Amino acid sequence: MEFIKTHLPYVLAGISVGGQYALISIGYTMVYGILRLINFAHGDIFMVAGFMMVYLSASLPLYLSIPLVILGTVLLGFLVERVAYRPLRQAPRMSIMISAIGVSYLLQNCAWYITGGLAKQYPAIPWISESITVFSATTKIVTIITPILTFLLVIALVLLIKHTKFGMAMRAVSKDFETSQLMGVKINSVIGLTFIIGSFLAAIGSLLYFSNYTSVTPTSGSMPGLKAFVAAVFGGIGSIPGAMLGAFLIGICENIIKDLGWTTFSDAFTFALLIIILLVKPTGLFGEKLIDKV
Amino acid sequence: MKKALMTLIPIALLYILLFVLEQILPASSMLFVVLKKGAIYSLLAVSMNLLNGFTGLFSLGHAGFMLIGAYTYAILTIPLEARPSVYQYFDGGIIQFTLPVFVAIIASGIVTAVLAYLIGLPILRLKSDYLAIATLGFAEIIRAIFQWDKLGPVTNGSNLLRSFPIFKSVLFPFTVAGLCITLIVLLINSSYGRAFKAIRDDEIAAEAMGVNLAKHKQLAFTISSFFVGIGGALLAMYQTTVQAAPFRASMTYEILLIVVIGGMGSISGSCLSSFLFIACSEWWLRFLDRVTFIGSFKVPLLASGFRKVVFSVVIMIIVLFYRQGIMGTKEFSLDALYKFFEKRSIKKHKGEDLAE
Repeated sequence: MEFIKTHLPYVLAGISVGGQYALISIGYTMVYGILRLINFAHGDIFMVAGFMMVYLSASLPLYLSIPLVILGTVLLGFLVERVAYRPLRQAPRMSIMISAIGVSYLLQNCAWYITGGLAKQYPAIPWISESITVFSATTKIVTIITPILTFLLVIALVLLIKHTKFGMAMRAVSKDFETSQLMGVKINSVIGLTFIIGSFLAAIGSLLYFSNYTSVTPTSGSMPGLKAFVAAVFGGIGSIPGAMLGAFLIGICENIIKDLGWTTFSDAFTFALLIIILLVKPTGLFGEKLIDKV
Repeated sequence: MKKALMTLIPIALLYILLFVLEQILPASSMLFVVLKKGAIYSLLAVSMNLLNGFTGLFSLGHAGFMLIGAYTYAILTIPLEARPSVYQYFDGGIIQFTLPVFVAIIASGIVTAVLAYLIGLPILRLKSDYLAIATLGFAEIIRAIFQWDKLGPVTNGSNLLRSFPIFKSVLFPFTVAGLCITLIVLLINSSYGRAFKAIRDDEIAAEAMGVNLAKHKQLAFTISSFFVGIGGALLAMYQTTVQAAPFRASMTYEILLIVVIGGMGSISGSCLSSFLFIACSEWWLRFLDRVTFIGSFKVPLLASGFRKVVFSVVIMIIVLFYRQGIMGTKEFSLDALYKFFEKRSIKKHKGEDLAE
């Protein structure tokens, strides 16, 4: 019992942060699946969503500010794609990646300018910020909510991709960009929608993540962003259930490492995992095998 | 012979100019900050360019290798009498010798290169963006290891390293960075350099022409890291203190953006844009950070941090619309400059002739 009491909070925190990583990593995996682009700006979009909530909830009631945050984040994700990635569609892949790094730099600097570089206190959202006791371990309700919400959203997304016309278009585009264009798929709208879905999930992820960690800084998006990307690689890039599984695994492992007293290495562990995966099974757990053609 | 003289004379003139400037201007002038930091960043940018622009290996591990270089230099040169106060939590550390500055700088290059060689063995098999993310990961791992308490007797844990010898004159970073960049230029113009460019343009074609891919990639990675290590040592000297925390991925991104602005595959472009980047961010655009009044009218938007916003917008414009950067893949050459002026003077003469 004592064992559970000391270690359960870490596992619970791991599951919860894993769910939040999962919501971010879906944005990465979908964009990578279609554009073959590591969207470095995705973590910063997540951070901006956090700041939007801080500023909007200061003047508006919650039932207005939460939808507005989600709307604003979606708009931002769409705009980033429209302005920074679409003009480079024919350019070499390296240029698009540099553009993504540039957007990330821009968003961080804008956030720095607006906030003056200070950490902001995230507003407490009633009910989900309250504490409850699970098996004699005290935690916030958000910890319990996150995995459930993540599962529901992922199931909805998988259904969307498997069973709707739009989902079919998305799968076609990720298989072959040019052929699907010839078959009459409107590529730009498919890509736009991908970014919208990704940003929507990142906004929800940021609501849950910052309710848990309660302070937002201009750089607080980059580490969760990178970890979510690692999760996407781990699960096999392009695969949504894979990304979710990878994210939960990373979240739990990271917190177990903290539990063991190796906090310095909790970030490094994620990257070590990434390198091992890339070397042993580069396609990840559920990834499809890619064959290079000359 | 004449050509060598033509390049050597301007370089000598540059050094004399720097020397004279140092005698005339006060040491606190912003110009020297820009020149010192610009020279160090030139070396860092050129060594990244060797990898990203010339060999086509998209590596984002720069910050990690800089950190190794900076730490190696600092650890090896802190004077013995200062060690007890620097390593106050670790009983003076376990390294009880001091190396001369130049030996330590070269040692920091070598240590970095050896570690890079070991890291390169597994990860250079990866392609494009997977390589980028794996090198980024290694940089983070390196940062974590250097902050680890158990290594405290060597690295001082997450505490500052300080009181190692630093440089005062602008000439020092210019000389070291200049030498290193010259070596890189010689490398690029050699047969190895041509093999690197072949790999960048088409790996499969290069392999078919008999370029040993694994060997050349490893070579480029190790050599580039050697110079990054030296750049890290210079940066440590410039900053006067070293700590692992600031060597984050954003540092790598900054250098990458410098390389992109200068033009991927142009050494002189990288140097030029390093000085421009540092001058803009440290000096010319400073006014954007100050709240300014013209009469009683408050200039809108100016506040702390606005400089960086303007700056990143400019960078985005370059990335989106001028993908070639300042120089593209061209090099600045004095020959072309001489020819340009010759032509103009000939034209002028012709113009005068016609007028007569």
